[in-house]
Amino acid sequence: MANLRIILAALCLTAPALSIAPASSLAGDGILRAAPDFTRADLKGKSLSLHDYRGKLVLLNFWATWCGPCLAEIPRFAAWQNTYGAAGLRIVGISMDDDSAQVVRAYEKYHLNYPVAMGDAKLGELFGGVLGLPLSYLIDPDGRVVGRYQGETDLKQLEARIKSLLPRP
Amino acid sequence: MKHKTLKALSLFAFAFILLSQLTPASAQHEPAASIPAADLIQPADLAANLKKAPTPLILQVGFRKLYAQAHIPDSEYVGAAGEDAGLELLRNRVAKLAKDTAIVIYCGCCPWSHCPNIAAAYHALHALGFTRVKVLFIADNFGDNWVNLGYPVSR
Repeated sequence: MANLRIILAALCLTAPALSIAPASSLAGDGILRAAPDFTRADLKGKSLSLHDYRGKLVLLNFWATWCGPCLAEIPRFAAWQNTYGAAGLRIVGISMDDDSAQVVRAYEKYHLNYPVAMGDAKLGELFGGVLGLPLSYLIDPDGRVVGRYQGETDLKQLEARIKSLLPRP
Repeated sequence: MKHKTLKALSLFAFAFILLSQLTPASAQHEPAASIPAADLIQPADLAANLKKAPTPLILQVGFRKLYAQAHIPDSEYVGAAGEDAGLELLRNRVAKLAKDTAIVIYCGCCPWSHCPNIAAAYHALHALGFTRVKVLFIADNFGDNWVNLGYPVSR
Protein backbone atom coordinates (compact mmCIF):
# COMPACT_ATOMS: atom_id res chain seq x y z
CA MET A 1 0.00 0.00 0.00
CA ALA A 2 2.87 2.33 0.89
CA ASN A 3 4.48 1.52 -2.43
CA LEU A 4 1.26 2.30 -4.22
CA ARG A 5 1.21 5.68 -2.48
CA ILE A 6 4.77 6.36 -3.65
CA ILE A 7 3.83 5.50 -7.24
CA LEU A 8 0.73 7.68 -7.11
CA ALA A 9 2.68 10.57 -5.57
CA ALA A 10 5.34 10.32 -8.25
CA LEU A 11 2.73 10.21 -10.99
CA CYS A 12 1.06 13.30 -9.56
CA LEU A 13 4.39 15.12 -9.61
CA THR A 14 4.86 14.36 -13.27
CA ALA A 15 1.34 15.20 -14.37
CA PRO A 16 1.25 18.18 -16.70
CA ALA A 17 -0.19 21.38 -15.31
CA LEU A 18 -3.69 22.15 -16.42
CA SER A 19 -4.28 25.50 -18.04
CA ILE A 20 -7.54 27.30 -18.37
CA ALA A 21 -8.19 28.72 -21.79
CA PRO A 22 -8.74 32.46 -21.92
CA ALA A 23 -11.91 33.85 -23.41
CA SER A 24 -12.22 34.24 -27.15
CA SER A 25 -11.36 37.45 -28.87
CA LEU A 26 -13.90 38.56 -31.40
CA ALA A 27 -12.24 41.45 -33.14
CA GLY A 28 -15.53 42.69 -34.54
CA ASP A 29 -17.51 42.63 -37.72
CA GLY A 30 -16.97 44.47 -40.96
CA ILE A 31 -13.17 44.42 -40.75
CA LEU A 32 -13.09 44.04 -44.51
CA ARG A 33 -15.96 45.03 -46.73
CA ALA A 34 -15.39 42.45 -49.43
CA ALA A 35 -13.47 39.24 -48.93
CA PRO A 36 -10.39 39.25 -51.16
CA ASP A 37 -10.56 36.56 -53.78
CA PHE A 38 -7.88 33.95 -54.15
CA THR A 39 -7.29 30.67 -55.91
CA ARG A 40 -5.16 27.86 -54.58
CA ALA A 41 -4.96 24.11 -55.12
CA ASP A 42 -6.37 22.18 -52.20
CA LEU A 43 -4.64 19.18 -50.64
CA LYS A 44 -6.28 16.90 -53.20
CA GLY A 45 -5.05 19.06 -56.09
CA LYS A 46 -8.46 20.54 -56.87
CA SER A 47 -8.71 24.25 -57.57
CA LEU A 48 -10.16 26.23 -54.68
CA SER A 49 -11.38 29.76 -55.40
CA LEU A 50 -13.20 31.88 -52.91
CA HIS A 51 -15.49 33.35 -55.58
CA ASP A 52 -16.86 29.85 -56.23
CA TYR A 53 -18.52 30.05 -52.83
CA ARG A 54 -20.80 32.95 -53.64
CA GLY A 55 -24.27 32.13 -52.35
CA LYS A 56 -22.78 30.17 -49.45
CA LEU A 57 -21.83 31.19 -45.96
CA VAL A 58 -18.08 30.59 -45.69
CA LEU A 59 -16.00 30.05 -42.59
CA LEU A 60 -12.44 30.61 -43.76
CA ASN A 61 -10.10 29.17 -41.16
CA PHE A 62 -6.34 29.82 -41.04
CA TRP A 63 -4.67 27.13 -38.96
CA ALA A 64 -1.57 24.99 -38.55
CA THR A 65 -0.81 21.51 -37.30
CA TRP A 66 1.44 22.80 -34.49
CA CYS A 67 -1.21 25.20 -33.19
CA GLY A 68 -3.04 23.67 -30.21
CA PRO A 69 -6.10 25.93 -30.29
CA CYS A 70 -6.41 25.28 -34.04
CA LEU A 71 -6.49 21.53 -33.50
CA ALA A 72 -9.16 22.00 -30.84
CA GLU A 73 -11.36 23.83 -33.34
CA ILE A 74 -11.13 21.77 -36.51
CA PRO A 75 -13.14 18.73 -35.35
CA ARG A 76 -15.98 21.12 -34.48
CA PHE A 77 -15.72 22.72 -37.90
CA ALA A 78 -15.98 19.29 -39.51
CA ALA A 79 -19.09 18.61 -37.44
CA TRP A 80 -20.59 21.95 -38.47
CA GLN A 81 -19.91 21.13 -42.11
CA ASN A 82 -22.02 18.01 -41.65
CA THR A 83 -24.77 19.72 -39.70
CA TYR A 84 -25.11 22.97 -41.64
CA GLY A 85 -23.76 22.04 -45.06
CA ALA A 86 -27.21 21.52 -46.52
CA ALA A 87 -28.22 24.95 -45.24
CA GLY A 88 -25.36 26.56 -47.14
CA LEU A 89 -22.35 26.54 -44.83
CA ARG A 90 -18.94 25.88 -46.35
CA ILE A 91 -15.83 25.54 -44.23
CA VAL A 92 -12.56 26.31 -46.00
CA GLY A 93 -9.23 25.65 -44.30
CA ILE A 94 -5.96 27.39 -45.07
CA SER A 95 -2.92 25.82 -43.46
CA MET A 96 0.03 28.04 -42.60
CA ASP A 97 2.33 25.06 -42.10
CA ASP A 98 5.53 24.91 -44.12
CA ASP A 99 5.18 21.23 -44.89
CA SER A 100 2.05 19.95 -46.65
CA ALA A 101 2.81 16.35 -45.66
CA GLN A 102 2.06 17.17 -42.03
CA VAL A 103 -1.18 18.83 -43.08
CA VAL A 104 -2.27 15.81 -45.10
CA ARG A 105 -1.63 13.62 -42.04
CA ALA A 106 -3.68 15.96 -39.84
CA TYR A 107 -6.44 16.09 -42.47
CA GLU A 108 -6.78 12.34 -42.23
CA LYS A 109 -6.32 12.11 -38.48
CA TYR A 110 -9.06 14.65 -37.78
CA HIS A 111 -11.35 13.31 -40.53
CA LEU A 112 -11.75 16.71 -42.10
CA ASN A 113 -14.58 16.87 -44.59
CA TYR A 114 -13.91 20.29 -46.11
CA PRO A 115 -11.25 21.58 -48.49
CA VAL A 116 -7.89 22.68 -47.11
CA ALA A 117 -5.25 24.54 -49.10
CA MET A 118 -1.74 25.58 -48.16
CA GLY A 119 -1.45 29.27 -47.36
CA ASP A 120 1.48 31.60 -47.73
CA ALA A 121 2.54 35.09 -46.70
CA LYS A 122 0.91 36.61 -49.78
CA LEU A 123 -2.45 35.12 -48.92
CA GLY A 124 -2.03 36.22 -45.31
CA GLU A 125 -1.33 39.77 -46.41
CA LEU A 126 -4.40 39.68 -48.66
CA PHE A 127 -6.45 39.21 -45.50
CA GLY A 128 -4.72 41.98 -43.61
CA GLY A 129 -2.03 39.73 -42.14
CA VAL A 130 -2.30 36.34 -40.54
CA LEU A 131 -0.09 37.32 -37.63
CA GLY A 132 -1.23 34.69 -35.18
CA LEU A 133 -3.34 31.57 -35.18
CA PRO A 134 -6.03 30.46 -35.19
CA LEU A 135 -7.75 33.08 -37.27
CA SER A 136 -11.11 32.70 -38.98
CA TYR A 137 -13.25 34.90 -41.17
CA LEU A 138 -16.96 34.56 -41.65
CA ILE A 139 -17.93 35.53 -45.19
CA ASP A 140 -21.56 36.00 -46.11
CA PRO A 141 -23.22 34.70 -49.30
CA ASP A 142 -22.53 38.04 -51.01
CA GLY A 143 -18.81 37.71 -50.36
CA ARG A 144 -18.60 40.25 -47.54
CA VAL A 145 -16.55 39.63 -44.44
CA VAL A 146 -18.98 39.76 -41.53
CA GLY A 147 -16.80 38.37 -38.75
CA ARG A 148 -13.17 38.00 -37.75
CA TYR A 149 -12.24 35.56 -34.99
CA GLN A 150 -8.67 35.65 -33.69
CA GLY A 151 -7.22 33.29 -31.11
CA GLU A 152 -9.22 30.93 -28.99
CA THR A 153 -12.77 31.51 -30.07
CA ASP A 154 -15.96 30.90 -28.15
CA LEU A 155 -17.27 28.22 -30.48
CA LYS A 156 -20.80 28.37 -29.06
CA GLN A 157 -20.95 32.04 -29.93
CA LEU A 158 -19.52 31.40 -33.39
CA GLU A 159 -21.97 28.58 -34.05
CA ALA A 160 -24.89 30.81 -33.05
CA ARG A 161 -23.62 33.46 -35.45
CA ILE A 162 -23.31 30.92 -38.24
CA LYS A 163 -26.84 29.69 -37.66
CA SER A 164 -28.13 33.25 -37.83
CA LEU A 165 -26.43 33.84 -41.18
CA LEU A 166 -27.15 30.59 -43.02
CA PRO A 167 -28.64 31.21 -46.48
CA ARG A 168 -31.19 28.42 -46.02
CA PRO A 169 -31.91 28.15 -42.30
CA MET B 1 6.94 -13.23 -2.82
CA LYS B 2 4.02 -10.97 -3.57
CA HIS B 3 5.59 -8.26 -1.44
CA LYS B 4 8.92 -8.59 -3.27
CA THR B 5 7.25 -8.34 -6.67
CA LEU B 6 5.33 -5.25 -5.60
CA LYS B 7 8.51 -3.70 -4.23
CA ALA B 8 10.39 -4.41 -7.45
CA LEU B 9 7.56 -2.99 -9.52
CA SER B 10 7.37 0.18 -7.47
CA LEU B 11 11.14 0.64 -7.65
CA PHE B 12 11.00 0.20 -11.41
CA ALA B 13 8.14 2.71 -11.72
CA PHE B 14 9.95 5.22 -9.51
CA ALA B 15 13.19 4.88 -11.48
CA PHE B 16 11.31 5.27 -14.75
CA ILE B 17 9.60 8.43 -13.53
CA LEU B 18 12.86 9.82 -12.16
CA LEU B 19 14.63 9.19 -15.45
CA SER B 20 11.83 10.83 -17.41
CA GLN B 21 12.26 13.90 -15.21
CA LEU B 22 15.99 14.04 -15.81
CA THR B 23 15.76 13.58 -19.57
CA PRO B 24 15.36 16.91 -21.36
CA ALA B 25 11.70 17.34 -22.20
CA SER B 26 10.81 17.30 -25.85
CA ALA B 27 10.43 20.72 -27.39
CA GLN B 28 6.69 20.37 -27.88
CA HIS B 29 5.99 19.84 -24.20
CA GLU B 30 7.74 22.87 -22.73
CA PRO B 31 5.04 25.29 -21.56
CA ALA B 32 5.72 28.99 -21.93
CA ALA B 33 4.88 29.28 -18.22
CA SER B 34 8.20 27.54 -17.48
CA ILE B 35 10.07 30.69 -18.49
CA PRO B 36 10.93 32.73 -15.38
CA ALA B 37 9.12 36.06 -15.21
CA ALA B 38 12.47 37.81 -14.70
CA ASP B 39 13.51 36.74 -18.19
CA LEU B 40 10.45 38.15 -19.92
CA ILE B 41 10.45 41.49 -21.69
CA GLN B 42 7.25 43.36 -22.48
CA PRO B 43 6.60 44.61 -26.02
CA ALA B 44 6.65 48.27 -24.95
CA ASP B 45 10.05 47.82 -23.30
CA LEU B 46 11.58 46.06 -26.28
CA ALA B 47 10.17 48.68 -28.64
CA ALA B 48 11.82 51.38 -26.50
CA ASN B 49 15.11 49.43 -26.46
CA LEU B 50 15.15 49.27 -30.24
CA LYS B 51 15.80 53.00 -30.29
CA LYS B 52 18.94 52.61 -28.19
CA ALA B 53 22.30 51.18 -29.18
CA PRO B 54 23.47 48.51 -28.90
CA THR B 55 20.38 46.50 -29.72
CA PRO B 56 20.26 42.84 -28.78
CA LEU B 57 20.32 40.02 -31.27
CA ILE B 58 16.64 39.40 -31.95
CA LEU B 59 15.62 35.96 -33.15
CA GLN B 60 12.20 34.89 -34.35
CA VAL B 61 11.62 31.25 -33.42
CA GLY B 62 8.10 30.86 -34.78
CA PHE B 63 6.70 30.02 -38.18
CA ARG B 64 8.23 31.28 -41.39
CA LYS B 65 5.00 32.58 -42.92
CA LEU B 66 4.47 34.85 -39.93
CA TYR B 67 7.98 36.28 -40.22
CA ALA B 68 7.52 36.76 -43.97
CA GLN B 69 4.45 38.93 -43.36
CA ALA B 70 5.80 41.06 -40.54
CA HIS B 71 8.71 40.98 -38.14
CA ILE B 72 10.67 43.16 -35.75
CA PRO B 73 13.22 45.21 -37.71
CA ASP B 74 16.65 43.55 -37.87
CA SER B 75 15.31 40.39 -36.28
CA GLU B 76 16.40 37.15 -37.89
CA TYR B 77 14.25 34.19 -38.73
CA VAL B 78 15.71 31.04 -37.24
CA GLY B 79 13.06 28.31 -37.41
CA ALA B 80 10.18 26.95 -35.40
CA ALA B 81 11.89 25.89 -32.18
CA GLY B 82 9.04 23.56 -31.31
CA GLU B 83 10.40 21.24 -33.97
CA ASP B 84 13.75 19.46 -33.78
CA ALA B 85 14.92 20.97 -37.07
CA GLY B 86 14.14 24.51 -35.87
CA LEU B 87 15.88 23.90 -32.58
CA GLU B 88 18.95 22.70 -34.42
CA LEU B 89 18.95 25.85 -36.56
CA LEU B 90 18.80 27.92 -33.37
CA ARG B 91 21.76 26.05 -31.88
CA ASN B 92 23.72 26.55 -35.09
CA ARG B 93 22.90 30.26 -35.20
CA VAL B 94 24.28 30.92 -31.74
CA ALA B 95 27.11 28.39 -31.83
CA LYS B 96 29.87 30.96 -32.29
CA LEU B 97 28.43 33.68 -30.06
CA ALA B 98 29.83 34.68 -26.69
CA LYS B 99 27.72 33.32 -23.88
CA ASP B 100 27.02 36.81 -22.59
CA THR B 101 25.53 37.99 -25.89
CA ALA B 102 22.26 39.80 -25.32
CA ILE B 103 19.59 37.80 -27.13
CA VAL B 104 15.87 38.41 -27.40
CA ILE B 105 13.71 35.61 -28.74
CA TYR B 106 10.11 35.93 -29.83
CA CYS B 107 7.37 33.98 -31.54
CA GLY B 108 3.76 35.24 -31.37
CA CYS B 109 2.36 32.39 -33.43
CA CYS B 110 -0.54 31.82 -31.08
CA PRO B 111 -1.69 32.55 -27.52
CA TRP B 112 1.20 32.48 -25.03
CA SER B 113 -0.02 29.46 -23.09
CA HIS B 114 -0.20 27.44 -26.31
CA CYS B 115 3.02 28.56 -27.99
CA PRO B 116 4.95 25.43 -29.00
CA ASN B 117 8.16 27.31 -29.78
CA ILE B 118 9.14 29.92 -27.24
CA ALA B 119 9.94 27.82 -24.18
CA ALA B 120 11.80 25.27 -26.28
CA ALA B 121 14.01 28.05 -27.63
CA TYR B 122 14.53 29.63 -24.21
CA HIS B 123 15.54 26.37 -22.52
CA ALA B 124 17.83 25.43 -25.41
CA LEU B 125 19.70 28.73 -25.10
CA HIS B 126 19.98 28.31 -21.35
CA ALA B 127 21.25 24.78 -21.76
CA LEU B 128 23.93 26.16 -24.07
CA GLY B 129 25.01 28.55 -21.33
CA PHE B 130 23.66 31.86 -22.59
CA THR B 131 23.23 34.21 -19.67
CA ARG B 132 21.48 37.23 -21.19
CA VAL B 133 18.42 35.78 -22.87
CA LYS B 134 15.17 37.69 -22.79
CA VAL B 135 11.86 36.44 -24.09
CA LEU B 136 9.35 38.81 -25.63
CA PHE B 137 6.05 38.25 -23.87
CA ILE B 138 3.37 38.07 -26.54
CA ALA B 139 0.09 37.33 -24.80
CA ASP B 140 -2.13 36.69 -27.79
CA ASN B 141 -0.26 36.92 -31.09
CA PHE B 142 2.30 39.05 -32.89
CA GLY B 143 -0.39 41.00 -34.75
CA ASP B 144 -2.37 42.12 -31.72
CA ASN B 145 0.50 42.57 -29.28
CA TRP B 146 3.08 44.17 -31.55
CA VAL B 147 1.97 45.21 -35.05
CA ASN B 148 -1.41 46.65 -34.10
CA LEU B 149 0.15 48.61 -31.24
CA GLY B 150 2.25 50.55 -33.71
CA TYR B 151 5.63 49.15 -32.75
CA PRO B 152 8.29 49.03 -35.49
CA VAL B 153 7.75 46.41 -38.16
CA SER B 154 9.63 45.27 -41.23
CA ARG B 155 7.85 43.41 -43.97
